[in-house]
Amino acid sequence: MGSTYKPGSGVETTVLGADEIILNMGPQHPSTHGVLRVKLKLDGEKVKGSECVIGYLHRGVEKIAEHRTYTQFAPYVDRMDYIAAVSNGLGYCEAVEKLLGAEAPPRARVIRTILTELGRIASHLFWLGTHALDIGALTPLFYCLREREEILKIFENYCGARLTTHAFRIGGLQYEAYDAFEKDVERFCNDFDRRVDEYETLLTENRIWVGRTKGIGVISAKDAIAMGVTGPVLRASGVEWDLRKAMPYAAYDQFEFSIPTGKNGDTYDRYLVRMEEMRQSRNICLQAIEKIPTGPILGKVGKVLKPPPGEVYHGIEAPKGELGYYIVSDGTTQPYRVRIRPPSLINLEALDQMVRGHLVADVVAIIGTLDIVLGEVDR
Amino acid sequence: MDLNAILHWPYLVPIICALVIVLVLPLVAGYIVLVERKVMADMQVRLGPMRVGPHGLLQPIADAVKLLLKEDIIPESADRWIFWGAPLISVTAAMLALSAVPIGPAFLIAPGLNIGILFILGVGALGIFGIVLGGWASNSHYSLLGALRSAAQLVSYETSAGMAVVGALLLAGTLSTTAIIDRQAQDGVWFIFAAPVGFFIYLVASIAETNRAPFDMPEAESELVAGYMTEYSGFRWALYFLAEYTNMIVVASIATILFLGGGLRPFSGTAQLDFLDYLPAALMLGIGGYCFYRAPKQPVGVQKGFMGVVGLLCFGLAALLALPVIAPAGSILAAMEPGLHGAFWFLAKVATYLYVFMWLRFTFPRYRFDQLMRLGWQFLLPVAMANVIGIAVAVALHRPIANGGLGWPWWVAFPLTTALTILVAWYLVWVGEKEEPTEIKVGEEEETPVNA
Repeated sequence: MGSTYKPGSGVETTVLGADEIILNMGPQHPSTHGVLRVKLKLDGEKVKGSECVIGYLHRGVEKIAEHRTYTQFAPYVDRMDYIAAVSNGLGYCEAVEKLLGAEAPPRARVIRTILTELGRIASHLFWLGTHALDIGALTPLFYCLREREEILKIFENYCGARLTTHAFRIGGLQYEAYDAFEKDVERFCNDFDRRVDEYETLLTENRIWVGRTKGIGVISAKDAIAMGVTGPVLRASGVEWDLRKAMPYAAYDQFEFSIPTGKNGDTYDRYLVRMEEMRQSRNICLQAIEKIPTGPILGKVGKVLKPPPGEVYHGIEAPKGELGYYIVSDGTTQPYRVRIRPPSLINLEALDQMVRGHLVADVVAIIGTLDIVLGEVDR
Repeated sequence: MDLNAILHWPYLVPIICALVIVLVLPLVAGYIVLVERKVMADMQVRLGPMRVGPHGLLQPIADAVKLLLKEDIIPESADRWIFWGAPLISVTAAMLALSAVPIGPAFLIAPGLNIGILFILGVGALGIFGIVLGGWASNSHYSLLGALRSAAQLVSYETSAGMAVVGALLLAGTLSTTAIIDRQAQDGVWFIFAAPVGFFIYLVASIAETNRAPFDMPEAESELVAGYMTEYSGFRWALYFLAEYTNMIVVASIATILFLGGGLRPFSGTAQLDFLDYLPAALMLGIGGYCFYRAPKQPVGVQKGFMGVVGLLCFGLAALLALPVIAPAGSILAAMEPGLHGAFWFLAKVATYLYVFMWLRFTFPRYRFDQLMRLGWQFLLPVAMANVIGIAVAVALHRPIANGGLGWPWWVAFPLTTALTILVAWYLVWVGEKEEPTEIKVGEEEETPVNA
C-alpha cells in the first residue's frame, strides 16, 4: 500500500501495491516437454514477459561431428529430434550425398519417403497426445500412442530399432525392405483414416477444447516469416510453404498431396493443420506403396567417404519445420564443420511474442502447440 | 451400569456410526481411487493397476503403506504450524459434513438435525480454509496460485450450487435430510424429475466445488504441477487426497439426498415392481459368482485365494441383503430391510454419481481459469436463479386449490417451468456465442526483460 498525492486535485488516492512475480517454469515441470526452463513474469496470472533458458540437454552434437567420419556421425543425428528420428537421418544423408555429388537410387528414395512420412505421423501423434494432455484431456494420449506403436513396429521390423532408428545410409538404404513391408504399411494406412476421425470427435468440436485453443498464441504470417518460424506453425498462419513442394527431395515430386494452411495462426489452426497433415502423410504412404520401383537400394558411394572440399546446405521438411544441415568439407574423411538448423529452436523463439498477455494456462498450451523437442533445441 | 442402560444410551448409535465413518472412510477413499484408475484405464485402452493382488485389488493398501512410510517434508521457508495444520482442516471439514448424511434410514450420525442440508453445505465449505492456508503456508508460487484459484472457484460455484439446492428445498419444504427423502417417498417422484435443470446445475457446480476435472484449476497438473499440494509429501499429502475424495462423497450424497431419492428403491411406491427388492442380492450374487469364475485363472496361489475371499464376501453380502426380503413379515430380519436396502441404494446412487465424475474427467480438456469464472457467473448462476423462480412458480401451480395454489397436475406444472428455464439457458448460450471473443493483444505490452 502506498499513498500518492496528485497535485491540484486535492484528493489523496490510495494505490494498492501489486508486485509482479517471477515464476520459474521448469526445467523440471510436467509440461515443458523435456528440460525447457521458462521464466515467466506474471501480473497475477497474466504473463507480462517470458524468457526461455535452454541448454540443459546440450550434448555438443555439432562438435562431435568434427571428430567422426561422415558415416560415424549419422547415428548421432537420430538423437536430436528423437520423436521423428527418421527425418533427421534423411536430412543428414541427403546433405552428405549432395556434398559427394551422389544420388540414392529410385527404390531407396521411395522407401525413404514412406518411412519419413510414417515418422511424421508418429511425431504428430505424439504431439497431439501430449498437447491434449497439457490442456487437460487425459485420454487422447493413449489412443495416439496406440497408433504410434503400430508405426514403431514397422520401424522395428525394418531396421531393428524403434526410436533412434538410423534407418538410412549415405547413398541409399542400410536394409532392404522386409517381406511384409508394403502390407504392413497399407494395413496401417487403411486403418488410420478412421483413427484420425476418432481423435477429431474427441477434440475438434469440443467447446472446452475450442475455447482453450482459439485465439491463443496468435502469430501473424508477417511475424512468423520475420522470425524464421517454419513447419506447421508457419502454415497455420496462412503461409503455404512446405519444402516437400517448394524444393522437392527424396521422392516427393512423384506424389500428389496438398499443403494444409490455417488462417488465424492460433493454436486451434495449428491443431487443424497438423491433423490434416497426418491425413496427407497417409495419402503419400498409400501412393508410394503402389509404386516402389525395383532395383538397388544403395548407390555408388564407396566405402570411405571423402567429399571434395566445399560446403553444402540441405533443408528438409521435418515434422517440426525446416531441418537444415550445413556441412563444410575440407576434403578429409571428417567434416570440417557441421551446423544444424533445428526447427524447434527457431520456433521456440516465437514463444515470448505468443505468450504475452495470456494466462499461465495458455503458456502450457502454447509450448505444446509449438511442438518442441528439447533434444533438438539443445543438441 | 447394566447392559440395558448402555444399549439404550442415546449416543450409542451415533458414536458407532461415527467410528465406522472415520475408520472405513480412508479405505473407501482408497478404493475409489482404485476404481477411478480402473475406469480411466478402461477408457484409455489399458489395464490399470494389475500387480498388487488380483486385478490390483490390494493396490490402495500398498499405496497407503507407501505414503505412511514416506518422509514428511516441511519446507524450510514454510510457515510450520499452518503448513502442519492445513490438511487437518480439510479432512476434518469433509468428514464432519458426512455426519448429517443418512446412508439409508438406519445409518445416521446426527438423526435429530433439522438443518441437515445447511449443516453439510456450511461445514463442507470450511474445507477451503485447508486449501488456502496450505497453499499460503507452503511459500511457493505454484502453491499460492493454486490456493488463489481454489478460493475464487469455490466461492463462485458455491453460489450456483446453493441456488440449485434452494430449488430442491422449495420442493421439499424442509432442511432435514431424512425429511427431504421422506417427502420424495411421499410424492412418489424423485426431485430430479421435477427439477432436472437444478440437478444439472448441481452436477456441474459440484464438480467445480470438489476441484475435479474439467474444473481442476487448483491442481492443474500440467500447469501448476500440483497446485496447493506441490510442497506436501507423505501422509500430509494423503490427507489432502482423503479430503478430496471425502468431499466427492459428500457432494454425491447431497445430490443423492436432494435429487435422487436418498436410500429409496427405484419405483419404491409401486407394489407391482416389488421384485426389485431382490436386485441388490442378485447383483452381489453375480459379482461373487464372477469372482469365483475368475479365481482359477489367477496366476499365483495367493491371488486365487484372495479372489475366492472376495467372492465369499460378495456372497455374504448377498445373503445379508436377501434374508430380510425372504424372512416372514414381522420378524427381526424383516425389520432390518429398510436399513440394509436403504444403505445399498444410497451407496449405489453415490457410486453412480461418482462414476459420472470420473467419466467427465477422462473425456474433457481442462477449462481455463477465466473461462471457468465466466461459465460460473454468466451462465450457471443466472440459470440457477431462473430455475429457483421456475420451481417456485411450479410449486404454486401444483399446490392444491384448498391450500391457495392452482391445483395443476404435476406433469403439467413441472415440465412447463423446466422448459422455460431451459429456454433461459439457451438464450444465455446464444448471447454468449454472439459476444465477440475478447481480442488478445499480442506483443503490445512494453518490452520488459525478465531479469530486470
